[in-house]
This record gives sequence, structure tokens and C-alpha cells, in this order.
Amino acid sequence: MAKITYNTHDSKTHTIDVQNGLTVMEGAVQNDIPGIDADCGGGMACATCHVYVNEEWLDKLPVKEDGEEDMLDMAFEPKQNSRLSCQLTVSDEIDGLVVNIPSKQA
Amino acid sequence: MNKTDVLIIGAGPTGLFCAHQLGIIGLSCEIVDNLDKVGGQCIELYPDKPIYDIPAVPECTGEELTNNLLQQIKPFNVKFHLNERVEELKKVENRWYVKTSGSQEFDVASIVIAGGVGSFEPRKFPLKECEKFEGSSLFYSIKDKTIFKDKTVSIFGGGDSALDWAIELSNTSKVNLIHRRDGFSGAESSVQKVKELNDQGKLNLFTKYQIDSVLGDKNINTVKIKHDDGETKEFKTDYVLGFFGLIMQLGPILDWGLNINKKTVEVNTENFETNIDGIFAIGDICSYPGKLKLILSGFHEGALAARGCFKYAKPDEKLRFEFTTTSKAAQERLGVKK
Repeated sequence: MAKITYNTHDSKTHTIDVQNGLTVMEGAVQNDIPGIDADCGGGMACATCHVYVNEEWLDKLPVKEDGEEDMLDMAFEPKQNSRLSCQLTVSDEIDGLVVNIPSKQA
Repeated sequence: MNKTDVLIIGAGPTGLFCAHQLGIIGLSCEIVDNLDKVGGQCIELYPDKPIYDIPAVPECTGEELTNNLLQQIKPFNVKFHLNERVEELKKVENRWYVKTSGSQEFDVASIVIAGGVGSFEPRKFPLKECEKFEGSSLFYSIKDKTIFKDKTVSIFGGGDSALDWAIELSNTSKVNLIHRRDGFSGAESSVQKVKELNDQGKLNLFTKYQIDSVLGDKNINTVKIKHDDGETKEFKTDYVLGFFGLIMQLGPILDWGLNINKKTVEVNTENFETNIDGIFAIGDICSYPGKLKLILSGFHEGALAARGCFKYAKPDEKLRFEFTTTSKAAQERLGVKK
């Protein structure tokens, strides 16, 4: 179990206990956190679970696979701290992670 | 007016197999799709990627699956209406009147929505001011490349569309290619070609830049781009092109009075009918307890929805369950009767 904080675009903060093994995307979807659409269901085939990761967490996350960077090209306003939340698997190591959800996904 | 038993919205694998199941039980159908080709997500998102969970097919690509399904429905001569999006839906007595974006009209007994996660639309620039130039000096697809001749064109994106158009237009236009990072998702050979053209001064490549603003009165005359480190550049341009792939939007389906839950349409699991009689939903777009977004689930849903359509198309007849191995009627419809 890890605490994941989702800052939504309406300036609300949602801190959720997410089970290890789920993804950060699934944690948001299962808890009805607005702004993560995840159209493709976690297959890295869309870019609608795009989040901005708080800087201090950037190095602590698993590195991006090629496909993730390619999909981020398609995201709405990608930045250097952009990730696809379907590629971030929850574990004790990322307890406390803070992600910011963009103003829209498309 | 196109008159048929069933209108299928969406030409992905689920819609195609539903057409097969309708054909087997003797119903006619036509298929509408917003894309310019058949195959849905299989073709648009992963034509070359292998799929490993189609029953009895150990491995096939999205393109192969689509071609096989087309082969399978060939006997039924299904009519496709591509590049068309269903806009309007109206109940007329016991039938449905449907109108598309291209003003195609249909008179059908029932409708099967097999729309995946919605219709594909180009992803757009995040800037609000881009909207007013759209269609005049800003485009997300190219219909007539001759308008760019001898003009300055600024292309944004790093996929195959962006690279291919940058290469092609560099012959006759002054091309700026702008991409948010050094890596590209397009084909390696195209990346090399673009870099060569840049070295030869035949196009200008800017990486780690993104769009900052566009300026102009009626048409765009200037585009401003911003580097990752905050530095900005500004240059004159006649046209701006954005190639950021496609997004999926539910679109007009939202306005039809269907029960929608998280961008999906609620259905029953007996025949995948929605809360509106005569409208069915199958594949990724439908939801029910336990729903799996797999192609194989879409096939099952299509088979049952097809049977659900029967009573609307032929209210005075009774549908008999039959196997294709033994049914003379089914074999005749398939054109295989000896």
C-alpha cells in the first residue's frame, strides 16, 4: 500500500491509499479522480492518463520505455516531468508520490 | 435514403463481426465509420503490433485481423460509409432515421453502436488562439498540398505524419519542423532524411521546442516557439501544421439519451441493448458488470446483439437457433451450399 496524491486541475488534492501492484492510473480511475481518462485501458496506446510528476520524484520512478515517450508526444502540453500514469506501478518505494493532472487530456 | 435492417456505427473488429452474425441470421446491415478506412483501433493504433488473444489465432496483427474479418463478411456484401460520422438520430414510428456528417440518410430497424472509445479526431494545439485560424492557415491534416507551394510552413510533431510531410513539402516550400524532444517516434529512415535536409539547409529543424503562440490577423503570420530551457524564438510563417496523432471523442452519441457512465454506454448482458429500445452497444463502448475490453468479448457481444436486432427487423418471424455447420439457410447466405 502506498499513499498517492493526485492534484487535480481544479486545485483539489486527493490523497489515496493505492494497493501495491496497481498502477497510478488505476488508483485514480478506481477512486473516481477526475481528469484521468485512460481511454485505452492502460495499454500505452493513448495519452489520456498523462500526469506531471513532482520534481523530487522524477528520479525515483522507473525509467520510461521508448513507447511511453512516443505516446507523450501526443499528450496535451507535455513537459519534462510528464509521465503516463498507466506506466507507474505502485509499490512501497513510491509511497508519498505526488502527481498533477493536466487541465485536460486531449 | 439507405434502407437496411441494421446500421452499425464503427468498423472495428467488433462491428465487422457483428455484420457477420447479422448476415448469418439473414439480416442486412450497413456500416458507418468516421475514419477513412476499416479496422478501427486495430488499424489506427496498432496495425503492425501482434495480438495474442484472439481465440484459435495464436498470433496476428491488427491489420491481419481486419483483413480476415473483411474476408469473412465478404458473402454479405456489406456496404461501408467511411469518413462519415453519425450526427442525428430520430425515431420514426417503429424505425430509426439516421443522418451522418456527410448528409447520408438511413432508415433502419435498429442500430448497433460499436464505436470503440469514440470517433477519432486529430489532437489539437493546446492554445485557444489556434482555433480561429483552423481551416485557413492552421491544419491538422492536408487535403491540398499545392496551397503550400513557395510558402513558409511550420510543422509541429515527431511522428510519421510530421516527418513525411516535412520531407515532402521541403521540395516546394520553406519548412520549419518543430518537435518537443530530440527523439522521434516516426520511422528511422525518415528521421535520417530530415536530419540530412536540415544539414543541407533545405529545412529547419528545431528540437526541444514547443509552440508558444501564434500571431496574425485573418491568417497566421508569425509563430513563436519556446525551448525547454525557456528561451523563445519567433519567425514568420504562412501556415502552421500540427501532427499529434488522434484522440477519441464520444461526440454526438452523448446527446442521444443513452445511459452513459464514464464514456461508456450501459447495456444489459442478455442482448446488449441499451436503455433505448432498438439501440444496442457492443465492444469497448459498452459497459456492464464484469466488462472486459477485449476483442473476443466484442465478438460475443456482437453475436448476441445481432440476435437482439432480429425482432425489430422481422417482428413477425421467429428466429431459430442454428449452426453454420448444418444450417442450409446459413450456408446459402454464406454462398457455400453445394
